[in-house]
Amino acid sequence: MNSFEYASPRTIAGALEVLDNDSVILAGGTDLLSLMKEGLVAPKRVVNIKEIDELKGINVGEDGSVTIGALVTLEEVLESPDLAELCPSVVEAAAGVRSPQIQSVGTVAGDLCQRPRCWYYRNGFGLTAMKDGKSLARDGDNRYHAILGNDGAALFVNPSSLAPALIALDAKISIVGKSGSREVALADFFQTPSSDQEKEYKLEAGEILTAITIPSPAGKKVATYEIREKQALDWPLTAAAVAIEMNGDQVSAAKVVLGHVAPVPWVSAEAGAALAGKQVTAESAAAAGDAAVKSAKALSKNGFKIQLARVAVKRAVLRAAGMEV
Amino acid sequence: MPKPKQPEQTSSGISRRDFFKSSTVGAVSTALVSGVHGEGSSVEVLGPGEVGIKLNVNGKTRRLRVEPRVTLLDALRSELDVTGAKKVCDRSTCGACTVLLDGKPVYACSVLAVEAQDKQIVTVEGLGTPEKMHPVQKAFVENDAQQCGFCTPGFVVACAAFLEKHPNPDIEDLKKGLGGNLCRCGTYDGIKKAVKQVAAEGGINA
Ligand SMILES: Cc1cc2nc3c(=O)[nH]c(=O)nc-3n(C[C@H](O)[C@H](O)[C@H](O)COP(=O)(O)OP(=O)(O)OC[C@H]3O[C@@H](n4cnc5c(N)ncnc54)[C@H](O)[C@@H]3O)c2cc1C
Ligand code: FES
Ligand code: FES
Repeated sequence: MNSFEYASPRTIAGALEVLDNDSVILAGGTDLLSLMKEGLVAPKRVVNIKEIDELKGINVGEDGSVTIGALVTLEEVLESPDLAELCPSVVEAAAGVRSPQIQSVGTVAGDLCQRPRCWYYRNGFGLTAMKDGKSLARDGDNRYHAILGNDGAALFVNPSSLAPALIALDAKISIVGKSGSREVALADFFQTPSSDQEKEYKLEAGEILTAITIPSPAGKKVATYEIREKQALDWPLTAAAVAIEMNGDQVSAAKVVLGHVAPVPWVSAEAGAALAGKQVTAESAAAAGDAAVKSAKALSKNGFKIQLARVAVKRAVLRAAGMEV
Repeated sequence: MPKPKQPEQTSSGISRRDFFKSSTVGAVSTALVSGVHGEGSSVEVLGPGEVGIKLNVNGKTRRLRVEPRVTLLDALRSELDVTGAKKVCDRSTCGACTVLLDGKPVYACSVLAVEAQDKQIVTVEGLGTPEKMHPVQKAFVENDAQQCGFCTPGFVVACAAFLEKHPNPDIEDLKKGLGGNLCRCGTYDGIKKAVKQVAAEGGINA
């Protein structure tokens, strides 16, 4: 780890004062410290935001919207009666991070801003994993890499388990920086970098993600379904989160978002369309799974993920409808 | 209009009082504070050189000087000679370094020592002694829940935290709640038996 200055402001204003282009934000540290030890992040200054009370807490607004502070820990997500009632899919996603040590300090904003786990990226070859003009990931060990959105240079998968569940619920995030504040749809926060000069999400140096807001989820049927190689200390192979609105016994709208299959959390309009106007049955759920992977393309070693993604979508839909998976 | 500097401010923008407050911790403090942005800033910037800090480890206040980049695990092991917590992956992925921070299990390899000030840190040494073992330690011995023993201190701390939260765990609780530690020797069966035994015998406060 390089040496750095350290500050621990107590307010957002104080944090903005000490954040500059050479600083990084420290929340739970469960990813950042590893990145710094690998030399992938080498800031001049580390700004610990954990003492900022304005970034804490889960609130349900009068309009039924749910606001989750950036510093809310995964443990707080798991133990929140409001989230269990209003958006259990988010709780299910947090439960997948099966380490009490990470749950106790890892934060929701940190989960969204954690960097990809692609082993080429983590070993210093950059997000696009190029060496001597060749893609290490395309020609190498890509068993955990992207099956969707993999036409460009970036083949890593977005590592966040919370992002699909939040995007399915149309979550927005609030960001503040020296030049003001903005709100963006979480789905638009993520991007597929075309070169190593770009990042996989749109946050300028010195900006703070302050909160995540979910518009009233009342009436939506939601679920997350993950498929994992092992149950502890690892990321899912693939996951799907769904939010379904019903009109009588028919689906009026469905949002299906896949995780760990593309460089961004993957919104599958095709899967949503496959469900619209249908009753939720084993057949329509399976059709949604088929639609979700229709444009999927396997790399040399990850063909198995296509079938896993298909099944994850089907089971997430069934689980959301309260049916047996 | 920028406000004129207060007479008691140093050139870095930190008030003399703040400076002395933070330097009382260590011995003589050089280059403790530097480069604070903005007029009249209230935010203290420490390092990158050594800073004096105080850690509360197993009920005792310990003073030490570390650079901000030093992890709690390295501070415990290399500066304070509290070597129970082990360094294995140093990347939040194995649990060998598990300690309690204000009662919650954390990976000490992924916490900075400077952030752990004003918190209660408990390592395996703080749970019990060979003469007066913690119920989890005793149950590990009785159930042969270790082989090489390298994961054991972290596992013992994680199990103590787990039982605090789940006094009567079922097998699902166990699988989920002990997922943050790895044992390369595969002693999981003994560990599960040890945890069940503690629960059956009245828990960690028995
Ligand atoms: C072994 C292991 C298994 C894991 N499994 C999973 C899994 O299955 N699913 C999953 O989703 N995650 C998984 N994780 C990742 C874990 O959830 C994240 O490391 C954690 O949520 C990050 O939160 P943090 O508060 O510790 O972030 P930090 O490590 O403090 O920060 C992470 C990044 O986010 C930035 N950041 C943090 N907060 C803010 C903010 N408010 N504004 C702007 N930037 C910010 C930091 O600068 C840094 O770049 C796993 C991690 C490990 C080590
Ligand atoms: S040494 Fe800290 S988790 Fe492995
Ligand atoms: S006893 Fe050897 S690693 Fe667990």
